[in-house]
Amino acid sequence: MSAQGGLSVAAAPRRGRGSSMRTWRWSDRLVWLAAWGAGLLLCAVAAAIVIYMGYRGVQYLRPSLLFSHPQPSGNQAGSGGFLDPLIGTALLTVIGIVLAAPLAICSALWIVEYGHGGRVRQYLTRIVESSIEIVAGTPDILIAVFGVAIFQLHFLRFASEGSEGGGVTGRSFLAAGAMMSLIALPPMFIATRDGLQAVPTHMREAAFALGKTRIATIRRVLLPSVRPNIATGVTLGISRIIADTAIVLVLLGDELRLSPHHGGLPVFNLLRGAGSSLTSYVYDNSPAGEGAAPQKAYAAAVVLLLFVLLLNLAVESIARRQSRSGGSLAIGGFV
Amino acid sequence: MQRLKKPWTDHRAELLLGAVSLSTGLIVLFMIAFVTARAWPTFAHNGLSWLAPGGSLKVQVEGMLATSTKPPASAYHVRAWPIIYGTLLITGLAVLLALPLAVLSAVFIVELAPLALRRTMIRVVRLLASVPSVIWGLLGILVLVPFLGNHVITAAERTSLQNTVQLTGAGLIIAVVLLTLMITPIMVALTCDALAAVPGAWREGAAALGVNRLRAIRAVTLRAVRPAIVAATVLATARALGEAIMISMVSGSVFFSPRPSDGVAFLFEPVRTLASTIVDFREGLGGAPALNSTLYAFALLLLFSVFVLSLAGYLVKLPLRKYQVRG
Repeated sequence: MSAQGGLSVAAAPRRGRGSSMRTWRWSDRLVWLAAWGAGLLLCAVAAAIVIYMGYRGVQYLRPSLLFSHPQPSGNQAGSGGFLDPLIGTALLTVIGIVLAAPLAICSALWIVEYGHGGRVRQYLTRIVESSIEIVAGTPDILIAVFGVAIFQLHFLRFASEGSEGGGVTGRSFLAAGAMMSLIALPPMFIATRDGLQAVPTHMREAAFALGKTRIATIRRVLLPSVRPNIATGVTLGISRIIADTAIVLVLLGDELRLSPHHGGLPVFNLLRGAGSSLTSYVYDNSPAGEGAAPQKAYAAAVVLLLFVLLLNLAVESIARRQSRSGGSLAIGGFV
Repeated sequence: MQRLKKPWTDHRAELLLGAVSLSTGLIVLFMIAFVTARAWPTFAHNGLSWLAPGGSLKVQVEGMLATSTKPPASAYHVRAWPIIYGTLLITGLAVLLALPLAVLSAVFIVELAPLALRRTMIRVVRLLASVPSVIWGLLGILVLVPFLGNHVITAAERTSLQNTVQLTGAGLIIAVVLLTLMITPIMVALTCDALAAVPGAWREGAAALGVNRLRAIRAVTLRAVRPAIVAATVLATARALGEAIMISMVSGSVFFSPRPSDGVAFLFEPVRTLASTIVDFREGLGGAPALNSTLYAFALLLLFSVFVLSLAGYLVKLPLRKYQVRG
């Protein structure tokens, strides 16, 4: 395309790289315009959401809301804050990550480090990878419904409250947190697996040459070098968990306040009881739920959005520190 | 291996890691088994006509709420077509709208945008992809629904439908628009990764043949990533099928099938999907057996559709391995 040389054919017009739009057909110009329009539309939507929520935050969000319990009240002034939902979100995040992290990291280690020798191993590897892909593609409402089916089993009665008629409610922080771990699993697994695959083979070979066993290599060489990837995975997992509503609504019930079980171990009581998270608080206080306190819903939604933005920034800064950002847009896991 | 100090430790570690990994497979098996088992009674009573239209779903479901713990066989009678139709309608329209929007934005990000704008766009796409569905729903129910109800829906449209359904503003069009915005970032991300993986030499080859930049994009780049676009569409469809919270908030939560014959008012009519119905009746899970089984049946249908879609997505992505693109 360099038109500077004297070798151009006959009377071909000189066409520089961006200056040629005048020669384009109108259909090409239309597509060009539509592409700009689509890109700017997405920008406008994002800006509108951030600006509108920011405005509502300034309007309704008060520090006192973060430190006061929700009150059962009809009018908005008396309905309290959202301390309990904040604690609920934190509890769910901790349970979900604690359950999902070992599963994700072990699966990634096994697949990358052990999954190649022999046909049986390859077969099992494929089973594990595709089942994680299935979990990644399963909508959260299905995971929630599955959670109800599991935790209403009689032998899991210890994890939630009994209901009248001898049944089990199946609704508790333990139940919801366990299902949250399924949501957090895929991004953590994929981040760890990709990190392990990017570790050069000669590092493993050097460790073997020094007489280390495979498991010692994993502990001393591989895990330290994929720590940033695990951090990315955990951050993505956290942002999945705090953004999820369906599991909380189905598996934690509609109680706005923490309602611990009575007569057991102190911390376990809390986990066995029902409660709420920021997302279910927003849902319940919007006209879709029962609270109908839209100001409180806005305030909690602003806090939620802030968390999400912070986690986005965290992922980005980890990736930048790793300085291997290939410009990939992949938004965690199988998207 | 015998020269290593403790070969059995390594072996045991492998067994342990393998056992932990395989538990995910077990969870998936359990999920299919449990949901199928719970959904079985309703299919046993209704057969395949469960999927067919017939009668009022509202009457059927509310009848189930009233039944006791030992319901008669007639309590299981249900014809789920209205919400299947609602699911197909919302998902189909949203994917149709999202497809051109996503492809155009991906082309914009990778090929057309100036560098600074490109970085902003990547952040924008990440942000839009991570906005929780309850915030989309909140904006829908508190901003878009009142706007539509107060300023867009005319009195004539209201009165023409006053005997069939109440037009409040919450309905099809808002659900479709919000769902489009929710699935577009997913499609953009997947398409962008594929576009960026197209070898630069192909673009240069097109340029050397004297076509302009946009022609090169349309004839070479987009054609090369067609499998990725299809895969992205399939994944986005699965996402849209499973979206429950936002739709439950903004679509009116009424058992009603929007009728295209109503003209413009069709866009404002309330609708329910499989997923949003489960959210709306979540208290019924574990309650009255007939309703419980019906809700699990909705979930099973959803699970089945999502499985089929992930399988399709996997098959479509196979040719992409050529470009070393991992979707």
